[in-house]
Amino acid sequence: MDFLRPASWEEALAAKAELPTAVPIAGGTDVMVEINFDHRRPEYLLDLNRIADLSEWEVGEKTVRLGASVPYTRIMENLRAELPGLALASHTVASPQIRNRGGVGGNLGCASPAGDAHPALLASGCEVEVESAARGVRMIPIDEFYLGVKRNALEPDELIRSVHLPKADGPQQFSKVGTRNAMVIAVCAFGIALHPETRTVRTGIGSAAPTPVRAKEAEVFLAAALEEGGFWDSGAPIPPSVAKQFAQLASGACNPIDDVRGSAKYRRHAVGIMARRTLGWTWESYRGNERSAQCA
Amino acid sequence: MAGATRTPTNLTQGGKTDAGIGASTLRPDGTLKVTGEFAYSSDMWHEDMLWGFTLRSTVAHAEIVSIDTSEALAQSGVYAVLTYDDLPTDVKNYGLEIQDTPVLAHGKVRHHGEPVALVAADHPETARRAAAKIKIEYKELPVITDEASALAEDAILVHEGRDDHHSGHVPHPNIVHRQPIIRGNADEAAKKADVIVSGEYVFGMQDQAFLGPESGLAVPGEDGGVDLYVATQWLHSDLKQIAPVLGLPEEKVRMTLSGVGGAFGGREDISMQIHASLLALRTGKPVKIVYNRFESFFGHVHRHPAKLWYEHGATKDGKLTHLKCRIVLDGGAYASASPAVVGNASSLSVGPYVVDDVEIEAIALYSNNPPCGAMRGFGAVQACFAYEAQMDKLAKKLGMDPVEFRQLNAMEQGTIMPTGQPVDSPAPVAELLRRIKAMPLPPEQQWLAAGEGADVRALPGGLSNTTHGEGVVRGIGYAVGIKNVGFSEGFDDYSTARVRMEVVGGEAVATVHTAMAEVGQGGVTVHAQIARTELGVEQVTIHPADTQVGSAGSTSASRQTYMTGGAVKNTCENVREKVLDIGRRKFGTYHPAWATAELLLEGGKVVTDAGEVLADLADVLEGEAVDLELEFRHRPTEAFDLKTGQGFGHVQYSFAAHRAVVEVDTELGLVKVIELAVAQDVGKALNPLSVVGQIQGGTTQGLGVAVMEEIIVDPKTAKVRNPSFTDYLIPTILDTPTIPVDVLELADEHAPYGLRGIGEAPTLSSTPAVLAAIRNATGLELNKTPVRPEHLTGT
Repeated sequence: MDFLRPASWEEALAAKAELPTAVPIAGGTDVMVEINFDHRRPEYLLDLNRIADLSEWEVGEKTVRLGASVPYTRIMENLRAELPGLALASHTVASPQIRNRGGVGGNLGCASPAGDAHPALLASGCEVEVESAARGVRMIPIDEFYLGVKRNALEPDELIRSVHLPKADGPQQFSKVGTRNAMVIAVCAFGIALHPETRTVRTGIGSAAPTPVRAKEAEVFLAAALEEGGFWDSGAPIPPSVAKQFAQLASGACNPIDDVRGSAKYRRHAVGIMARRTLGWTWESYRGNERSAQCA
Repeated sequence: MAGATRTPTNLTQGGKTDAGIGASTLRPDGTLKVTGEFAYSSDMWHEDMLWGFTLRSTVAHAEIVSIDTSEALAQSGVYAVLTYDDLPTDVKNYGLEIQDTPVLAHGKVRHHGEPVALVAADHPETARRAAAKIKIEYKELPVITDEASALAEDAILVHEGRDDHHSGHVPHPNIVHRQPIIRGNADEAAKKADVIVSGEYVFGMQDQAFLGPESGLAVPGEDGGVDLYVATQWLHSDLKQIAPVLGLPEEKVRMTLSGVGGAFGGREDISMQIHASLLALRTGKPVKIVYNRFESFFGHVHRHPAKLWYEHGATKDGKLTHLKCRIVLDGGAYASASPAVVGNASSLSVGPYVVDDVEIEAIALYSNNPPCGAMRGFGAVQACFAYEAQMDKLAKKLGMDPVEFRQLNAMEQGTIMPTGQPVDSPAPVAELLRRIKAMPLPPEQQWLAAGEGADVRALPGGLSNTTHGEGVVRGIGYAVGIKNVGFSEGFDDYSTARVRMEVVGGEAVATVHTAMAEVGQGGVTVHAQIARTELGVEQVTIHPADTQVGSAGSTSASRQTYMTGGAVKNTCENVREKVLDIGRRKFGTYHPAWATAELLLEGGKVVTDAGEVLADLADVLEGEAVDLELEFRHRPTEAFDLKTGQGFGHVQYSFAAHRAVVEVDTELGLVKVIELAVAQDVGKALNPLSVVGQIQGGTTQGLGVAVMEEIIVDPKTAKVRNPSFTDYLIPTILDTPTIPVDVLELADEHAPYGLRGIGEAPTLSSTPAVLAAIRNATGLELNKTPVRPEHLTGT
């Protein structure tokens, strides 16, 4: 196994172009596990830790440009206001030590359906900035990023540079089921983001289908129900029937398997519960904000 | 009990000594472990050493058609590749009780992960790659995975031609051992019952999950022998199994204990000891073997998974009438400690209750599942899970309070066990229950205490943010258990201690040398405390544990403080007599008290019982050292009769009771254990801090198997599906509740200082208490542990 240590992003892109089988490694919280378990023995490891830019973020007017290697700890500590869904998801990643090392680039590169960041990324409607030496930068909408089990839309010569996430324009939530109260791989997970500006709702489901997926029917149903009932303006509580239907549709968006972590049936069930609860929390928060805005 | 003859019992030797027994002295290894500086067995290094690697079977049950090692041998950096054919003598098997385990597979593999070949190379990665080049052709056989497949008419025998000491009496060769217990007449007694409850209970396969994986270093000696540095629970038991297969006399296998990173029973069996020695002797170089976590799951035995069928009856005023039970333990491919686990499961299957009419049967199967053997609680854990569920069912059916019902039937000193053995020391079962019930309950809805919003850490799901209180229901459950202490059933269980007392730098000091494996239990702390108390010295050196001194027996069965602690006490008492003899010889003429008074050693001096100082120990011992090595035995026990189970089988019992408070997210099926209150009788707390630590640790291990821990074996292939800490979950600190501990000290007159072995009892009742609390919260029956979200949500 050769260990390549490019000093700059350009060098990294050149190395990846020359050696497309090279596996990029930053925090190593996923790649090293794969190697230790002997699940893969890459010919080349491409160490991205010397590229400082990857561990930085910029908060713009509308978006946050989040470097691929920004550790989850930084996201939790520094981007809670801008990226509340991702910050909550970051909180559930493994242990403090691993949160100090891992970043969303690894989750995206690995594209495991169990990656904790995916539901929040899907719900946010972000874009992934990837780059190759030959063709330059390409922005991949998150909806087009996940292609199959541990397969993503990257070309062999491309590297993930950053993620461009819209700053939250409304409440976001994230919930994850594991069979332990910390440091656990998701049995299934659910992310939701209210987007009052566009009067839409986006969701993300983790670990309940071959790829991370959105519960699109549930989103459409809920947006329509909120619109028709004038809920965005009134800030009235969502009727239980609407929440129930949303939960059922979210559950229906799952295509899970039975494995050692949980049954398919349980995953469908749990996604429904999490969908209902997180909708309740985000909507309560939205109503609270609406009310305080009105009072002011 | 063996002991000094001249020390009157009304005097407390060492009562004035600081840091003696009863003091919470700190562990000598504590700070090193917490700061990461402690050297574990995996940290050893030797110049010129090679790395050993074990190639293991990828299938559970198969004939080995061929093994081709040529490519592996040809790889550069490889020094040796060994298979069964390379074993040096006619002895090719080892085992704790039955020598049924091949050092390397011979013609057949019987479980997933069985060692087939060994490689030594100059780098661990080289060894691993070379092993991958060994070609093994398997012809797969049907797998035996449960009682039905083990006893089926056409079942393949896991071990052909058995001639072990249990083979004559078992009903089928795929049963390792069977122990019935018949006392009174259960059928007759059942007629007196107003209510009868029965149930089938399933206990999952738990792993010891010690954090320091199997590892060690074998160094070939110039005399053709080997020096072995390993992490184990019993050096001399290893030695007895290692020497014969190496073709060496025991004195040429010199063993030294290296840093042990936890054990819990998982190091009672041999792991890498023989393999490293074989490679070292073959190559003439030191060989180190370290398992990674994945391999560790295959490198040691697990807790027996069990199916338990129970029937109890009770009169309408709440008195138990009878018990019938049948316990089927899956021993896996090799016997390991299965026979003794069967003995415990059957003899303790009634629990700490009075039941005169019983019909009990326990068996352990041979199967192609992973081998199972010793783990903290050792057969008593599985039984406790079942009988405590039964107690709750009975109480419910009778409309009685579950604690009062238990108290009504609780055993006490004088109760006769189902084996006919009287309980002849305090058995404060009802009192322990009273104490945990009287403890204050944790406040309701603690997650709201944070002020703004919910503190998710106090809720089921924790940081995963699954509930802010929705669906959360509290439940409370109680359980109590009984565990035996020490090796039972007529085993000659002894410990050896060597104690030397001498003058160093003008001060009298003591050295304690035993072969006791310090696996984290704190024996080294306690030994120093005992020596200070008995010899009145401040400085006590604990010699490294090795086979240069006699056996200390196993660090298991909650026995080490009793047994090797007892041995240290006994040797110290004899050393003290010798010291006093020297004193009388040297100084006897200066003071009449030397001849007439009862003498003590305290604060580095010889004093009379009236407190008068007669001499400095440094002066007594000037130019003369006292050095004794003595064995210590607990009172003898008997084997259980193979048909009736009657016999004086156990040395001592240990009791703990738990109250569990849980919050269950009933919609998601997630559990947060809020508090696990414990009361335990420890006889005498030699080190109160260690006692509380042991009780809290055992409690947490019991919690683990209640809500998360299970090795999952595919019933079709008998392969392990989750051999990693990613999918074999053990409790984190966020899963660990507040554990208030109430310690009772009711002396057992048969035991040194009146102490009771304490390590295992808290592991027993913790699990059923948590299950009872979850049942209380959900109203579900829950007959299987661990409880999974699927069980709570019907998915």
